[in-house]
Amino acid sequence: MTAAFQAITTLSGTACALPLPHVDTDQIMPKQFLKGIDRQGLAQGFLHDMRFDASGQARSDFVLNQAPWTEAKFLITGANFGCGSSREHAVWGMRELGIRCVLGTSFGGIFSDNCMRNGVPALVLPAADVDRLMALAQDPQRCQMALDLAAQTLHTPADGQTLRFDIDPLHQEMLLRGLDAVGMSLTHAPDIHAFEARYLQANPWVVPPQEMPPQEK
Amino acid sequence: MTQRTLYQRIVDAHTVRPLGNSGQILLYVDRQVLNEYTSPQAFAALHTQGRKVWRPASTLAVVDHVNATTPVRNARTMVLVDADRARQVSTLAENCARHGIELFDMLDARQGIEHVVASEQGWVLPGMVMAAGDSHTTTHGAMGALGFGIGSSEIEHLLATQTLIYRPQKNMRVTVHGQMPAGVTAKDLVLSLIAQIGADGASGHVIEYAGEAIRAMGVEGRLTLCNMSVEAAARGAIVAPDDRLYAYLQGRPRVPQGAQWDAAVAQWRLLRSDDDAVFDREISLNASTLAPRVTWGTSPDQGVPIDGVVPDPARESDPERRRGMQRALAYMDLQPGQALQGLPISHAFIGSCTNSRIDDLRDAARFLKGRRVAPGVRALVVPGSSMVRVQAEAEGLGRIFEEAGFEWRQAGCSMCVAMNEDHLNAGDRCASSTNRNFESRQGLGARTHLMSPAMVAAAAVTGALTDLRTLPCH
Repeated sequence: MTAAFQAITTLSGTACALPLPHVDTDQIMPKQFLKGIDRQGLAQGFLHDMRFDASGQARSDFVLNQAPWTEAKFLITGANFGCGSSREHAVWGMRELGIRCVLGTSFGGIFSDNCMRNGVPALVLPAADVDRLMALAQDPQRCQMALDLAAQTLHTPADGQTLRFDIDPLHQEMLLRGLDAVGMSLTHAPDIHAFEARYLQANPWVVPPQEMPPQEK
Repeated sequence: MTQRTLYQRIVDAHTVRPLGNSGQILLYVDRQVLNEYTSPQAFAALHTQGRKVWRPASTLAVVDHVNATTPVRNARTMVLVDADRARQVSTLAENCARHGIELFDMLDARQGIEHVVASEQGWVLPGMVMAAGDSHTTTHGAMGALGFGIGSSEIEHLLATQTLIYRPQKNMRVTVHGQMPAGVTAKDLVLSLIAQIGADGASGHVIEYAGEAIRAMGVEGRLTLCNMSVEAAARGAIVAPDDRLYAYLQGRPRVPQGAQWDAAVAQWRLLRSDDDAVFDREISLNASTLAPRVTWGTSPDQGVPIDGVVPDPARESDPERRRGMQRALAYMDLQPGQALQGLPISHAFIGSCTNSRIDDLRDAARFLKGRRVAPGVRALVVPGSSMVRVQAEAEGLGRIFEEAGFEWRQAGCSMCVAMNEDHLNAGDRCASSTNRNFESRQGLGARTHLMSPAMVAAAAVTGALTDLRTLPCH
């Protein structure tokens, strides 16, 4: 299925720290990358103006351009990462670049939903945990992490700790099985039809005008 | 019986079924609006799966993000030179034709910004659930409805099922006591709220606005307020319907007529929070202490009253927020302690789904009559819709803007998001009636100061950020 994604059960690799608050989706995927009609070719756009200068050269002082973080699979973010515009392009590009899990104290709501729909866990953790992960992720020798989604754990070998995180059970199941949300909801089509008939009868003014029968004068 | 908030009442009325024990539900959605840049991927996925649109008549499509706003609009001027953007527009038209969805294309007399068009058409009514692939869909809470933005995958889900997989949010009530002083608008109120609670202050919540100042506020002010609530991370923002709203709605093209109108109003009168309903969070503001505001930073919560100064990051105890402030000051080329009043601007922009309706244009025009845009400042007005533009011209506002030296342009998102030709250059400093002062939002390296439309007008004629209360109104 095109809209759904590969299931994700475990993920191991490098974590990158981005300790800035309110990094918005205009920064995550600038407007010049919003001209397509598909979901492809957006890796270059991810955090473009932070990664590249005006002439298109990679900024050597930006973390995602430095080893080992060029291979980052986890992103540890400041508060409210992904706030702003609803553009799902932000998640498509991030995923295409190889980042498959984001962790922070809070995320932009639509961004978080978009992550879930693309097989990218967006995990909300207490500030103390995020501070610890942020410090580890900034150290090239200690920035490896391992996620087990079924067990709801994140292991950091450098300090030997394993934290347990909360995740919505439905989101967890959808991520673990790579479920197609539309297909899943369409299994409830009889319920939707029954609801709709009842609801529109009780609230006839909701029926869209083009569907209304001609009115008596 | 359990006491419910208005938000809970709307969610309950739209719950098709719970989804397991997850706490999530299948939520029925009454209305959707599509635009040209977030919908093509949704349709493509639908087509790959061979799925149909559940209820085409519940969806309206507009072109608003990429169209030119050239002052003269006709078939010749509205040819998009950028082939990619032209393809987004033609793809929207193809998808709408294929599925029987009504489209207001670039030359339609009703074309405009999706959220402006929806309210002026009466497309969203009290008690409804409205979703759209644009974060500012919270706007429609001013109609006593629940509105929220969604991504393209959710658009696909909504097109195919008329529902969304939805987690009910927490309830926050913002009560605004007192009366708004002269020169203070809904924009100043919402900028003040965002500064108080932070850009993530309403995260995980739907706001209900209540209190004397909200009841006294016009519907277009409420649209501004609900629109920008998303900049505090709210997942919706609702004002309970009242007679002021019914007067605004009655007679609009998509609103029920005759006996059906009366029956609908009778139902709408029940749409309120119970007296003993419990809110997870309560915020209280006093309108009478508010002043016109401007932002100094690159997040909508980084703002102060116009007579304020740029704050000092050294005084911020939280290291992450301090880094954010330092980055913002470097980007904005401002110093701690610097006064905002008198800061020279190069551009003035009135437009966006936040502030481009007729009341906004009237507010701004009052300060422009008999005045001229300051030398060296480029000033633009982009009405929220083609119908707003026509009305403004009928009231003589278009001429006031033109005589003052503003460009009087055609409707669209324009320089709020800079996805068409309307953009700023690096280092430009703009007084803007828009909603986001993000880095490069209005153009790569551009600097945005958010404020009300009248404050933009005041800045345009003086060439610097200005307290409009010091300018006499003609």
